[in-house]
Amino acid sequence: MSTSTTAPARRPARRTVGDRWAALPRPAKIVVWVLLALFCYALPLLNPPLISTPQSDFGSVMFTVAAYGLVALGLNIVLGYAGLLDLGYVGFYAIGAYTVAVFGSLHGKLPFVLLVVLAVCITTASGLLLGAPTLRVRGDYLAIVTLGFGEIVRLVFLNTEWLNGARGITDVPRPPDLPLFDVPQLQWDGFVAYVDLGTQSTFMEFGLLDGIPYYWLALTVIIVVLVADVLLQSSRVGRAWEATREDEEAAELNGVPTFRYKLLAFAMGAFIGGLSGALYAARTGVVNPETFVIQLSVLFLAAVVIGGQGNRWGVLLGAVVVAYLPERFREFAEYRVLAFGLLLLLLANFRPQGLLPPRRARRATAAAAELAELEHSGSAGGDTKEGGIRA
Amino acid sequence: MSLETFIDLTFTGLVVGAIYGLFALGYTLVYGVLRLINFAHSEVFMWGSFAAVWVMMVLGARTGMGVLPAVGLLLLALVAAMVVSGGVALVVERVAYRRLRTKNAPPLVALISAIGMSFVLSEVMGLRDKITEWVGLSQPLAPYVERAREYVSFTNPLPSVTLFSISGFQVRSTQVIVLVAAVLMMVGLDQFVRRSRLGRGVRAVSQDPEAAALMGVDKNRVIQLTFLLGGLMAGAAAVLYLMHIGVTRFNVGFILGIKAFTAAVLGGIGNIRGALLGGLVLGLAENYGSNLLGSNWKDVVSFLLLVLVLLFRPTGILGESLGKARA
Repeated sequence: MSTSTTAPARRPARRTVGDRWAALPRPAKIVVWVLLALFCYALPLLNPPLISTPQSDFGSVMFTVAAYGLVALGLNIVLGYAGLLDLGYVGFYAIGAYTVAVFGSLHGKLPFVLLVVLAVCITTASGLLLGAPTLRVRGDYLAIVTLGFGEIVRLVFLNTEWLNGARGITDVPRPPDLPLFDVPQLQWDGFVAYVDLGTQSTFMEFGLLDGIPYYWLALTVIIVVLVADVLLQSSRVGRAWEATREDEEAAELNGVPTFRYKLLAFAMGAFIGGLSGALYAARTGVVNPETFVIQLSVLFLAAVVIGGQGNRWGVLLGAVVVAYLPERFREFAEYRVLAFGLLLLLLANFRPQGLLPPRRARRATAAAAELAELEHSGSAGGDTKEGGIRA
Repeated sequence: MSLETFIDLTFTGLVVGAIYGLFALGYTLVYGVLRLINFAHSEVFMWGSFAAVWVMMVLGARTGMGVLPAVGLLLLALVAAMVVSGGVALVVERVAYRRLRTKNAPPLVALISAIGMSFVLSEVMGLRDKITEWVGLSQPLAPYVERAREYVSFTNPLPSVTLFSISGFQVRSTQVIVLVAAVLMMVGLDQFVRRSRLGRGVRAVSQDPEAAALMGVDKNRVIQLTFLLGGLMAGAAAVLYLMHIGVTRFNVGFILGIKAFTAAVLGGIGNIRGALLGGLVLGLAENYGSNLLGSNWKDVVSFLLLVLVLLFRPTGILGESLGKARA
C-alpha cells in the first residue's frame, strides 16, 4: 500500500536534463543546435587555453578527433544498434584509405569526389561480402571472424606488390581547393586573447600544414551522418535493429527479417568506416599497412564502449576521450593502449552501458521499475482480496 | 615440391600443430564450461614464455653445458612457465570474469572485459621498462626489462642433434622432444578430465551447471580449475614454442592466440581431443599453404581456414562439447 503512495511522488523528482531539454520549444532547440554546430566549427580557430594542445597542432588533433568520431558513429550502428561485435572494423577503414590512395596516386588519377564515392562503394561491397556469410554464425564467433578479417586486410596490403607492399603509398590526392576567404586564429597569452593575423586558415584550402580545413570537412560529414543516423534510428529500420539486438528469435517470429537487417547494419557501418578512412588518407597524404593494426580496432571499440554503445552522443564523447586525451597528455601517449584496456575492463565490470547510456536503457529501466511496481501492487491487492473473502 | 620438402613441411607442421593444440586447450576448456571465448588466454601464454626466458637468464643457461644440467634447466623453465601461466589464468578468471558471472552479464560484455584484460596484460609486459623505472627497480632488473617492446631470445641449453634422416630430411632432436612432449601433455590432460574426480566435476558442470551444483559440485572451484588447467597447458606450450622458435615478445600472443583458437574451433571447441586434432590439421594446412603461396601468406591461410570452418562446419571436425567427452 505504501508503495502506491510513494510512487507518484517519486516521479517528478526525477526531472533530468533530458526532460528539461525535451520541454523546450522547437525554435529554441534549433537555435541551440545551430550555436553548438558553430562553436564546433570555430573551436580550432579559438584555440581555447587548457583545451588546446600545446605539443601538437590543434587543428590536426581536432581532425583526428573528428575522424575517430565518424568511425565511432559507424561502429555504433553495428555494435550499438544491431548488437554485432565487430573487432575488424579497422579493415573497412583501411580499405577506404587504400582505395583513395590506389586510384588517386598509384594506379590512376581520378578526381577526389569520385575517389570518395569509389571508396565508400568498395567498402560497402566488402562489408556485404564479409557479412553475408559470417552474420549467420553465433555472436561471439562473429567477433573472432571479424578480427581475422581485419588482420587479413592488413596482411594483404602488406604482401601485395601491386599495392606497394610494406612501403605504402605516398602522394595521396587532397580534396580540391575552393579558396574563398581567410580566417585569422585567436592566440592566447595566459587567459588574454588576441587575434593572430600571422596564422590564418583559408576557407577551404587543403594544404599540408593546416589541419583546420580538413577538420571542417570531417565535421560537415559528421553532421550529415548524424542527421541520417537520427532519421534511420527512429525509422522502421532502427526499430528492427533494436528488436534484433534484444531478442533475435522473438524479432524473427514477429516478422523481422533479422539477417537482412543485420547485413544492412554491417554495410552501413562499412560505408561510414570507409568514408572515414578516405578522409584520413586525404589528410595524411600517405597510407601504410602498419597504420591499420588491430590496436586501432580496439581503440575504435573502446570509443564506442566507453561512450555508451547505442547513444550517438555517447560514442562521440567516447571518440573525444580516445583521440583527444592522448594528444592533450602527450607524455602519457605510450600508455594509451594500457589505459584503454583498463578502462574497457572497468567499464565492462562496473558500468557496461558506458559513460552516456542510451535512451533505450533508461526507458527499459523505467519500464522494468514500472513492471515490478505493478507486480508488487498486484500481489498486494490479491492479498487483501483473499483476506476479504476469508473474513 | 620435392619429397624432401614435403616431409619437411609435414614434420614441422605437426610440431607447430602440436603446440597450437596445447595452447588451444585453454580456449576449449573455458568454452566448454562457461560458453565464453577467453580472449585473454593469449596473454596467459605470453607471460609463460617470458617466465621461461627469465629463468634461463637467471640461471645462466648456455649451449654446451652437458645434457643432464641442460635437461634440468629445461624442466625448471617448464615448471616456472606453467606456474606463471596458471597464475595469470587464475588472475584473468578473478578479475575479468567472476564479477560478471555472478551478475549473469551477457556474453558480449564478458568478451569486452576479456579484451580489456588482454590489452592490460600485454601492455604491462610491453611497458615493463617504464613500470620498473617508476617502482625504482630498473637498475637491478635491467637485463630483464630493457628493450621491452623488442623480441627477446630464449637460450636453449640442450643442443639439437640430428637423430635420423628420411630421404634427405633431417629429423632434429628438439623437434621430436617438442612433438612428443606436447602430445604427452594432452593425453595426460585428457585422462585427467576423463578419469579423476576433479575432471568429473569439470565434465558435470559443462553438461549441466545447475544439476551439477545440486549434486554438490562447487561450480566456482570447477571454473577456477578449468582456467588453471588451461593456463598450465599454455605455459607448457610456451616453453615448447620457445624451444622451436626461440624468441618471444610482448604481443606474441595475439597472432598465436588466434591460431590456437582456430585450432580449437577446427577440432570442435569444447572437445579436448578435437584441440589436438585441430592443432595438427592447422599446422599442416598452414605449412602446405605457405609453401604454395609464399611464406608471407601463412597467417592469411590460417585466418581463411578459420572463417571457412566457422561458415561450413561451426561445430568442428569432432563436434563440440566437453561434457559429452564420454564418461
